[in-house]
Amino acid sequence: MADIALKPGALAAPVAKPRSQWRLAAERFMAHRLALVSIFVLVALALLAAAAPLVSPYDPERTRLLDIYEPPSPVHPFGTDSLGRDLATRILYGGRVSLAVGFLAVTVAISFGTFVGMVAGYYGRWIDSVLMRLVDMMYSFPRLFLLILFGVFFKGMTVTVVVIVLGLLSWMTTSRLVRAQFLSLKEREFVVAARMIGAGDRRIILRHLLPNSLAPIIVAATLGVASAIISESTLSFLGLGIQPPTPSWGNMLRDATSDMDKAPWLAVFPGLAIFLAVVSINFIGDGLRDALDPRHVQRREGA
Amino acid sequence: MGRYVVRRLIQALPLLFAISVVSFAILKFTPGGPLAAYEGNPDFTEADRLRLEKAFGLDQPLPVQYLAWIGNFLRLDWGYSFASHQPVLQLIGERLPNTIYLMGTVFVVVLLLAIPIGVMTAVKQYSVFDHAVTGATFAFLSTPTFWLGLLLIIVFGLQLRWLPLGGMSTPGLEQDIGDRVRHLILPVMTLSLVQVGGHVRYLRASMLETIGQDFMRTARAKGLSERVLVLRHALKNAAIPLVTIVALDLPELFVGALVTEQIFGWPGMGRLFWDAATRSDYPVLQGILAVSSTLIVLSNLVADVLYGYLDPRIRFS
Repeated sequence: MADIALKPGALAAPVAKPRSQWRLAAERFMAHRLALVSIFVLVALALLAAAAPLVSPYDPERTRLLDIYEPPSPVHPFGTDSLGRDLATRILYGGRVSLAVGFLAVTVAISFGTFVGMVAGYYGRWIDSVLMRLVDMMYSFPRLFLLILFGVFFKGMTVTVVVIVLGLLSWMTTSRLVRAQFLSLKEREFVVAARMIGAGDRRIILRHLLPNSLAPIIVAATLGVASAIISESTLSFLGLGIQPPTPSWGNMLRDATSDMDKAPWLAVFPGLAIFLAVVSINFIGDGLRDALDPRHVQRREGA
Repeated sequence: MGRYVVRRLIQALPLLFAISVVSFAILKFTPGGPLAAYEGNPDFTEADRLRLEKAFGLDQPLPVQYLAWIGNFLRLDWGYSFASHQPVLQLIGERLPNTIYLMGTVFVVVLLLAIPIGVMTAVKQYSVFDHAVTGATFAFLSTPTFWLGLLLIIVFGLQLRWLPLGGMSTPGLEQDIGDRVRHLILPVMTLSLVQVGGHVRYLRASMLETIGQDFMRTARAKGLSERVLVLRHALKNAAIPLVTIVALDLPELFVGALVTEQIFGWPGMGRLFWDAATRSDYPVLQGILAVSSTLIVLSNLVADVLYGYLDPRIRFS
């Protein structure tokens, strides 16, 4: 029981303690080894894609007709395609598009879903009924059908359009999660107390309800990136998403289908890139769920 | 129970109405509209456009068009395809058996794999088998369906040449059962591999929860064999949530798997939708959209009702 004397000024500027629940979650996450490895893989993939011009000596769009259909070799580690372009280079550049679309689409979906869930859960009554019926309705259409209709509607989409369309078709799960959180949180004592001392709706939502709903939102966002990457690649594979010559992992696989007999590597490596990105994001999501939100079940969609 | 079903059906009506309005509207506002097919045709004059619009009732106010459409739809008069001029119902009728044939096989294969694997992984939790299955499940959940299909085509179709690359049968051999089965293997494998993982995870989680309950300890204390214990006591209870998940898969039997059908050239509902979408064949699109979303609403209802029926602990209030 030695030194109780405080240093001068220590009380005047108290340092905020780390919130123990988040630290506990962080510790649980660190225990998930696969999730840690996955973060490493994903960051490496993203950095390689971002630094593509530095990593690769080739131009992703320049065609070299003397080098077509080169199988994998030290010069072209993943071979070349029907126009003599280096496949590894195109995968790096395609990764920029595919990863960016995945993250941005989820940003749109999570923002919109959180907003709808917040409004429905907090205000309740008819607003809630109307919004949740909208969610029911969005769930009633096969998502791939709607994606295709949008794809045909926009006659081949730019990156921006793909992001917005994917975002606007994927917000419903988040809105249900946020609504459920808000419904249960808003009756809790600390929220009632905050209202008692005169906090307005805005303050209660932003300072009390939203921060306490972050855990499921973070998990949904992470898993959402994986499913957005798959959706983008599916759409581009069908020829309705990102348009050539801009490479995306999906449209590279589309090109590969006509040459699968003589150049199977064209169909293997871009898919491997998708798989690697998606599997690491799923592991990270799994780790986050174990850490933040232990009671939750995931379902797969889109065949 | 009966009252609950009736109430849920009544509750579903506004949803079905909204779905029908959206199905109607989405395609109504497609660029070029329903006459998009004629766009760019130099012989198609303004007079022709007006005449066709009148003939199809496209000059009427929107609510009138909607009422006409929904009225016909309910009387199973779904209009004619703009592309092939066949009745939409007939087109769907031609494709539906192909889709049910493919998806039904997948459905059975998935259950035949998922139930034993799910039970085994739960009974032998944390065994090598459990870890291997969990790993494989994760891998297949992260694989885009179309890429898996391409890989299977490359390996079994192009390299080993064991199996055909696509289609439902070899021309001229339509009656040969062996030939039809060989055409079925790759698409069924593709779809089963990506779907079975979710079911296994679900059943495993639900089995683990059941196995931990008190009645299981009682049953074991009575001296029941492990086999009876697992199959009669645990699985019967653990399968309840799986039944509802399976009910939610039912629309797929009819809607099909568009991407897989596309890769394997399978003439099912998914390809019908695809062809109609790329040709702006909007009566066909409306028909398929309306049918598939109605099925999704109904299967949700069936899942809820089944859940309550199988699990008496659930009360309908």
